[in-house]
Amino acid sequence: MTDNLQLNADGKLKHFLTIEGLSRALLTEILDTAESFVGVSDQQIKKVPLLRGKTIVNLFFENSTRTRTTFELAAKRLSADVLSMSIATSSTSKGESLLDTIRNLESMFVDMFVVRHAISGAAHFIAQHTAPHISVINAGDGQHAHPTQAMLDMFTIRQIKKDFAPLRVAIIGDILHSRVARSQIQALNTLGAKEIRVIAPKTLLPAHVETLGVTVSHDLTEGLQDIDVVMMLRLQKERMTSALLPSESEYFKCFGLTESKLKIAKPDAIVMHPGPINRGVEIESTVADGPQSVILKQVSNGIAVRMAIMSMAMQPQGAF
Amino acid sequence: MLEIDPLLNNLEAGLRQLIEERQLKQPLMIGIHSGGVWVAEAMHQRLNISEPLGLLDISFYRDDFSQIGVHPNVKPSQLPNSIEGRDIILIDDVFYTGRTIRAALNEIFDYGRPNRVVLGVLIERDGKQIPVAPDCAGERLTLSAQQRIKLTGPQPLKIHIETATRHD
Repeated sequence: MTDNLQLNADGKLKHFLTIEGLSRALLTEILDTAESFVGVSDQQIKKVPLLRGKTIVNLFFENSTRTRTTFELAAKRLSADVLSMSIATSSTSKGESLLDTIRNLESMFVDMFVVRHAISGAAHFIAQHTAPHISVINAGDGQHAHPTQAMLDMFTIRQIKKDFAPLRVAIIGDILHSRVARSQIQALNTLGAKEIRVIAPKTLLPAHVETLGVTVSHDLTEGLQDIDVVMMLRLQKERMTSALLPSESEYFKCFGLTESKLKIAKPDAIVMHPGPINRGVEIESTVADGPQSVILKQVSNGIAVRMAIMSMAMQPQGAF
Repeated sequence: MLEIDPLLNNLEAGLRQLIEERQLKQPLMIGIHSGGVWVAEAMHQRLNISEPLGLLDISFYRDDFSQIGVHPNVKPSQLPNSIEGRDIILIDDVFYTGRTIRAALNEIFDYGRPNRVVLGVLIERDGKQIPVAPDCAGERLTLSAQQRIKLTGPQPLKIHIETATRHD
């Protein structure tokens, strides 16, 4: 066994829990494999038989539409059997512990768990305690990580910009609470982007954020200069109530991405957003729907990237 | 090293005969990635087939995922919009175990129900493991288990026989 729970003895992907600790070669392998799966969605029969006979359980302890749907579609396009469980309608609401839920599902001969949970480390915990033949994929845990989102973002960037080395990337918004931002920063650093610049008010940045390998700006106008990729984050409305921000309109004035602000970035800059977007809060409609936006491309790419990660984690874990 | 031109000529003649005998109507030609596509390109031109050549990458249909997993850089298959009721000429470079053809047929049938599929290969060698066989071949060879036929291309298209030092 290697120290990294995510890898098997041969250094191949077993679980996908966080970008942290994964090599550039492995991330590149995920992106290359995803490239192969893009064409499947164009086929008349959008399905390949790779994971036929495998059972995948989507375990969503937290709401999600996009992530759950694309995971489900990805599994179905690999011909796996998928069960999507929303926990609000299940036995944890009746008091069953997380581990008991897992044990019960294991007894139904499942092969993979895709887990979203409001508590950081939940997917990691399941990976540690589940049966050895089962793979676990993190579909977002608390404020910790959302690695498949980061990988589909990387895939979209590579598709358009080809190479990470010359890129200056801005991540804008609520960095403090964002698992997406954390995973994006790790992925961009591992893949060798030239600069990662976080742009946010001080109240929405974690302490010592520079130690993550980023540069910091508190001013959108200044921060967008020379930027190739603009990655917006959703402003979680619940943060408004916790006195971290004065008001939505105030936030939009300072940190909302408008057409005129976008002109400060490079003319061929692309605009990304993990969704769901709050129009008029962090991003102007004309930008979200504009020619530089790749937001819907990100959604399409999410399927191919999740197919790649699922099929890699389900690869034989033996001597090959 | 094998001379490639006589093999291509034989395959072409075999295919012409097949088209006539089986009365294939406006056949579609499909090559299996990668060597099969190179051979199919040559046949497509020689037989003057009007419809564009189809390309099949069978990686996702292989039967050894549980042994070797998935390979990156699989090319997307490009088949015409409808193969329903069509006559298909499937082309590969080497017929060996038959497993590639099994995978290719599965993939083709995921696109629709063709009227008829015939298989042409440049070389048929011994070692068949399933009850599938080509309808015509440019050459038939008997080789030892360590020997592999290797096609390089697309330009120039060359073929040679290697003796493997390790068993894969």
